[in-house]
Amino acid sequence: MPATKLKNLKDLVKEQARIAKEREAYSHVVTISSGTCGLAKGSGEFVDAMKAAVKALGLGKRVLIKSTGCHGFCDIEPVVHIAPQGIVYQKVAPENAKEILSETVLRNNVLEKLLYTDPQTGQKARLAREIPFYKSQRRLLTKANAEVDPESLPDYIANGGYQALAKAVGELDPEKVIAEVKKSRLRGRGGAGFPTGFKWEFCRRAKGDVKYVICNADEGDPGAYMDRSLLEGNPHATLEGMAIGAFAIGASEGYIYVRHEYPMAVRNIRKAVEDARAAGLLGKNILGGKFSFDVHIERGAGAFVCGEETALISSVEGKRGEPRQRPPFPAVRGLWGKPTNINNVETWSSIPVVINKGGDWFARIGTESSGGTKIFSLVGKVAHTGLVEVPIGTTLREIIYDIGGGIKGDGEFKAVQTGGPSGGCLPRSMLDLPVDYDTLAKAGSIMGSGGMIVMDESTCMVDLAKYFLNFLRDESCGKCLSCREGTDRLHEIVARICDGKGTEEDLPLLEELALVVKDASMCGLGQTAPNPVLSTLRYFRKEYEAHIKEKRCPAGVCKALIKYSIDGGKCIGCAVCAKQCPVDAISGEFKKPHAIDADRCIRCGVCVDACKPKAILVA
Amino acid sequence: MPTLKIDGLDVTVDAGTSVLEAARFLGLEIPTLCHEDGLEAYGGCRLCVVEVGQGDKSRLVSSCTYPAEDGLAVRTNTKRVARTRKMLIELLVSLVPSSKVLQDLAAKFGAQKSRFKPKHEDCILCGLCVRMCKEQMMSGAIEFVGRGQKRRITTPFDKKSELCRTCGGCMYICPVCTLRCQGPNAPTTVCGSCLTLEPTCIDHYDDYMCYLGPTGVCGTCVSEKKHKGGESGGDKELCHTANTTQQQRR
Repeated sequence: MPATKLKNLKDLVKEQARIAKEREAYSHVVTISSGTCGLAKGSGEFVDAMKAAVKALGLGKRVLIKSTGCHGFCDIEPVVHIAPQGIVYQKVAPENAKEILSETVLRNNVLEKLLYTDPQTGQKARLAREIPFYKSQRRLLTKANAEVDPESLPDYIANGGYQALAKAVGELDPEKVIAEVKKSRLRGRGGAGFPTGFKWEFCRRAKGDVKYVICNADEGDPGAYMDRSLLEGNPHATLEGMAIGAFAIGASEGYIYVRHEYPMAVRNIRKAVEDARAAGLLGKNILGGKFSFDVHIERGAGAFVCGEETALISSVEGKRGEPRQRPPFPAVRGLWGKPTNINNVETWSSIPVVINKGGDWFARIGTESSGGTKIFSLVGKVAHTGLVEVPIGTTLREIIYDIGGGIKGDGEFKAVQTGGPSGGCLPRSMLDLPVDYDTLAKAGSIMGSGGMIVMDESTCMVDLAKYFLNFLRDESCGKCLSCREGTDRLHEIVARICDGKGTEEDLPLLEELALVVKDASMCGLGQTAPNPVLSTLRYFRKEYEAHIKEKRCPAGVCKALIKYSIDGGKCIGCAVCAKQCPVDAISGEFKKPHAIDADRCIRCGVCVDACKPKAILVA
Repeated sequence: MPTLKIDGLDVTVDAGTSVLEAARFLGLEIPTLCHEDGLEAYGGCRLCVVEVGQGDKSRLVSSCTYPAEDGLAVRTNTKRVARTRKMLIELLVSLVPSSKVLQDLAAKFGAQKSRFKPKHEDCILCGLCVRMCKEQMMSGAIEFVGRGQKRRITTPFDKKSELCRTCGGCMYICPVCTLRCQGPNAPTTVCGSCLTLEPTCIDHYDDYMCYLGPTGVCGTCVSEKKHKGGESGGDKELCHTANTTQQQRR
């Protein structure tokens, strides 16, 4: 921590050099990914073991141990990165700590057994850039997650942190900052994709003595964790972005609305705010100038709808988290009735990059209408799951196959769902679609905040639509009749189809109602809620028809429409299935083919998992 | 003062006027359920949807909450509006099939049958009672709780609210109450009981607040009163009290 408060860009550069010099004493830096995901896989124990080993070997003055946020590649957590060689070890355990120090750090030997092996080529990768998952990414924002200790302001400064803020406050004026952001063609990463520069300009021009900026960290999509990862791993970047935004807009107060379910993100951002305040990077007279800006942290109680900006504002004000009519837009009448600018974590974190590198540089990375990179959380039936950052305009195929390594196991790609619960499902024929706000919307899906769920043949699209509708009908705030009753009725119809009770009139009714829900609802939640139904109806209509006309679930998922039986030729009569069946539906003589009583069977699937010769048939 | 075009007619209104008010000023009919003059616009029932904008960018908005903006082009009766409205009414009727107000709406807008399974609820969550209680009765005894399908209207913690003066304003404003008090001239079991209600039922069912549902439907409060009032004239006495209270109010 610098002894005196920082005054300008020069001070920051000096401070950066000072910290770098201090660090020269260390010959090696061992970085361990310790985000929520890393900790869940045991990185906490590994860090402890590493620290003990450093002490035992007397390396305290030579080796710096650093816990950072998530590095993005979930499958290989906990990950260790050793600088200066750049070696990456995967799935490390506490017992590996000593050998990593004695072999790799002291003797420069690579521990082959801890290296990542590409499952497709069988080749071992020593460096991060040799791992296919990282190779095709463009990590503008997530790169720092693997380098910066989120709890250390000096670490962020050593990485060039707060220089964008110093540049904005010291060398640019608000109009120039906005011009730069406009040039970058950065669009809101929360989902709607509104051009950020224009949003700032509206707010700057709005009449009002008091203005606010808000950071939306209420990431509620199931299976999406981009914002959590950024806030946990690099909270100062978000703060710096907010401060630059506040300077451009003319705000002196900001709020971070973060989910209470993200305790580590809350803790790290809280510490970041305190540290930045102490260093004169937040609070009164930032960097010794006239600009003052401070940040409050509000915790959300876990309502999906509070990610909608007007509902979020209402919640910050202490009211029920319910959307209201726009216009007036928050840029005109927002928090406490004052002009307010809301962006999400990823958008704010992009701002320092835009200011440091310039808007033109940033714009060149993406497409013509949208600049920069986007982080996706790639999950589902894909070989490599994790956070993926790619230039906007990258195709789905590149993301799923080049980075994600294709489908897990020997399954076939069926569909990918983008944009969270209210996104749409895109089929194989859309794999070459460049991922952008406009292209996705045209294809019947949305960019959303960046969830990406890959599905193989074992997923039933009707069942999937039912799942998301169930989520949305629970999360609808219930204000609009169209959303509250509409999503419930959509769910009712889809559930009926899954139960084998669907009729031919159900499909047109489903379409008619879905369009009304989309058209008549007030906020983004209701307007996008029918996407799962509409997109699956558009691309997978045959599956709906199979459920209704043939009373058959092609994917073998909908319980009412499938039957379990035993293939007599394969069954070896081991009776394992019979022992595990919870309803005693399987019978037969020992060492002779068994049979399933269809009337008793509850289609739980226990027998399928238990059967070694794979003799259970599901159809 | 913004000038906008509604169904091809130019209209200039005061700033802060809603599209609904501007349309009604022109004599155009737009159905509403959750809107009432004197209460803050809410935009929950969506019946008042109108189409704003042109071409690809046109969209439906609730006219009661949408501000009249300069140059705005509004269409109140397009195919899209009619289709949406009809489906919304269908949803409403299947929610509270017994409501005459909703049945009349359905008849008027051609929603001849409901394709959804009736739910037989007694509330459409339009929120009029909440706003009536808060804004006109200055009480604020009731509010929404929960979200989605669990959304309902009640007092804090489902306990009798000290703020509630049993004024009956909530029932007066309710568009779907089927057992609403019809005034002092209807000597039925529920007549006037909203005004003289002694919610003794709370002693029996401590979380049931019968004046929030259709009044006196369980009958406990009414019969208790009858018992206290003597063998005969129980109902009469009730109605008498109701009469005087209402007269005093006038």
